[in-house]
Amino acid sequence: MTEQTVERRAIWYLLGFLAVVLAFVLSMALKGFTQQGFYVTLGAFLTLSILSFLYKDNIFYKMAEHLFVGVSAAYWMVMGFWSVMVPNLIGKIHPPAVKPFMPAIASQPASYWYLIPAVLGIMLLWRLMPKGAWIARWALAFIVGTTAGLNFIRYMASDLLGQINSSMVPLVVIQNGSLDIMTTISNLVLFLGVFCGLIYFFFSKEHKGVFGVGSKIGIWILMVTFGAGFGYTVMARISLLVGRFRFLFDDWLGLLK
Amino acid sequence: MPSCWVNALVRCVIHALSPSVSVPRERARESRTLLRFFAPALLFLGLVAATVFAQAPNGGAAPRSVSDPQAADTKGDEGGSIMLRWTLSPDDSAGQVTGYEVFRAAKPDGPFKSVGFASRGSARFADGSTDDDSSYYYKIITTGPGGSTETAVIGPARSTAEWFNSNRANVLVIGLLISGAVLYYIASAKKGKKLFIRRIAGLEAVHDAIGRATEMGRPILYIPGIQDMDDVQTVAGVTILGYVARTIAEYDTKLEVPTSRSIVMSTARETIKAAFLSAGRPEKYSDDMVNYITDEQFGYVAAVDGIMVREKPATCFYMGAFFAEALIMAETGNSIGAIQIAGTAMPAQLPFFVAACDYTLIGEELFAASAYLSNEPRQLGSLKGQDVGKSIAMLAIAAGTALFTLNQILRAEWFASAGQWLKNLFIVN
Repeated sequence: MTEQTVERRAIWYLLGFLAVVLAFVLSMALKGFTQQGFYVTLGAFLTLSILSFLYKDNIFYKMAEHLFVGVSAAYWMVMGFWSVMVPNLIGKIHPPAVKPFMPAIASQPASYWYLIPAVLGIMLLWRLMPKGAWIARWALAFIVGTTAGLNFIRYMASDLLGQINSSMVPLVVIQNGSLDIMTTISNLVLFLGVFCGLIYFFFSKEHKGVFGVGSKIGIWILMVTFGAGFGYTVMARISLLVGRFRFLFDDWLGLLK
Repeated sequence: MPSCWVNALVRCVIHALSPSVSVPRERARESRTLLRFFAPALLFLGLVAATVFAQAPNGGAAPRSVSDPQAADTKGDEGGSIMLRWTLSPDDSAGQVTGYEVFRAAKPDGPFKSVGFASRGSARFADGSTDDDSSYYYKIITTGPGGSTETAVIGPARSTAEWFNSNRANVLVIGLLISGAVLYYIASAKKGKKLFIRRIAGLEAVHDAIGRATEMGRPILYIPGIQDMDDVQTVAGVTILGYVARTIAEYDTKLEVPTSRSIVMSTARETIKAAFLSAGRPEKYSDDMVNYITDEQFGYVAAVDGIMVREKPATCFYMGAFFAEALIMAETGNSIGAIQIAGTAMPAQLPFFVAACDYTLIGEELFAASAYLSNEPRQLGSLKGQDVGKSIAMLAIAAGTALFTLNQILRAEWFASAGQWLKNLFIVN
């Protein structure tokens, strides 16, 4: 990059910065230089900065991105301390210590079971030490193993047993001596969907012949479901976009009446 | 004359509801006078009628109390609950009972405080707010329009935790069946028995995708979802990362793993370190491969999008649990021309991955991926064992459906009973 290019780029950046400051001040003037006006203008500026990514990566997007990441990381750290460490660790092991912040917890009896997660937490942090980083693996193994064990029961009860129970339906429904067509079709789709879906997710048998046909029907049913899900979710996202535009055009610019 | 009053009242109401409708001043005054007279009269008549009609069904008598009330520990639970049972009030079916209010005290002489309400026709109530170390005394108050009657003090009752929940015996049996099948197939695979696994297109492409990044000299971006390690999808995502990292170590390609949870970061670092070690390239591993960004969902996705457009990875992997950020990331990955392989079990996000990625592992395929990629006996045996679980599900659904269908066609009670018995085997309590 030549010196002239750098100089030209610096001028452009300076002009851009001045334009943004000017726009910000003008916007503030429109809102009447109040605290509320400042927040709304700042919100609009950050919204436009994030939306500018649709054009291409630029300095405004970078600034908004770093601000967002920095603020949110700090926020979650503080949240983690006050909603987990203080009430669930310090408040359980030595309740009087949290009396100034959480008097309701301070009156409860101490529970020394919470020393176990405290030890596991220290083991996790051990990886920062120059020696004995392997100690952190024991805590991780405990977390992953417990997760797998607990979820095995939870998923088997809700997904497997619950699904089997709900899928046992008559394929022909006769009510008052005549065929109930709508319920019959509904039950047929349910049975076919579950049965062929299970065939598709069968991994230890090649999908050929009748099994292959069942698997194909299964993936078709899945794709139709995804199509419906896509449309439904896009609709919900559009409403979020409308909310943002409403903020820009109503709260900020005051164009909507 | 009455029609005149009615007209005046109607006009007055219209005027009240719609001030824009013009009413002559004299008529309005007349209407207000009428309202002043009629409003208290109507209110009085309404109160009298309500009192008369409310007491009509039981002639004003309080319902009779429940009989045989009992309080005992709720069986097969983890403690913290006492079950109260009783025989319904004889007036329950006659509509003279509105419900049964349950009162609790720590001593037999009180003070009693309400802990819940069982509606009419209900002969039991679970008090789920008990302390296992304490004794409790109860009273059941039968309430109705005509008043209420209470039982004598019931108790003491204590709640205790049981080791086994007998209501969930079916979960145990099926869990043992599937676990037994997994162990059997793991043992078979270890003995050298070849276990067949069908082709999964998305996983066949993993090697090609890593190779492409190597040839282009660009990094590989791996996103293990945005959930913590207590989500099985994250566990699956990190397991697949182990395999991908091993191949990357062999190919000497750059890997970037931005994470949104600190424990996922630690686990990912350990997994990649172990993978590089097993590939014989421990010196190539660096902690900088895995970074923590933020727990905030959209802050994370903003940063990942920034990484994508600035570093232009040749390959993007999305393996784990995703929410609204799925499409934003996959679209950005698509816009930079990266080959993208995704895998998730989140039904709402799968459509977006299917639309924006080159290959997508759907639900169960994500969990099968590590076995498929590693070809390791333990994982293959586990996958085969899971297929046994699916076989049980398919057989049970087919049998239950056949029995209920035959009952509809032949109208034979036996089929209905057998179908219901089978269905009850899979009830989750």
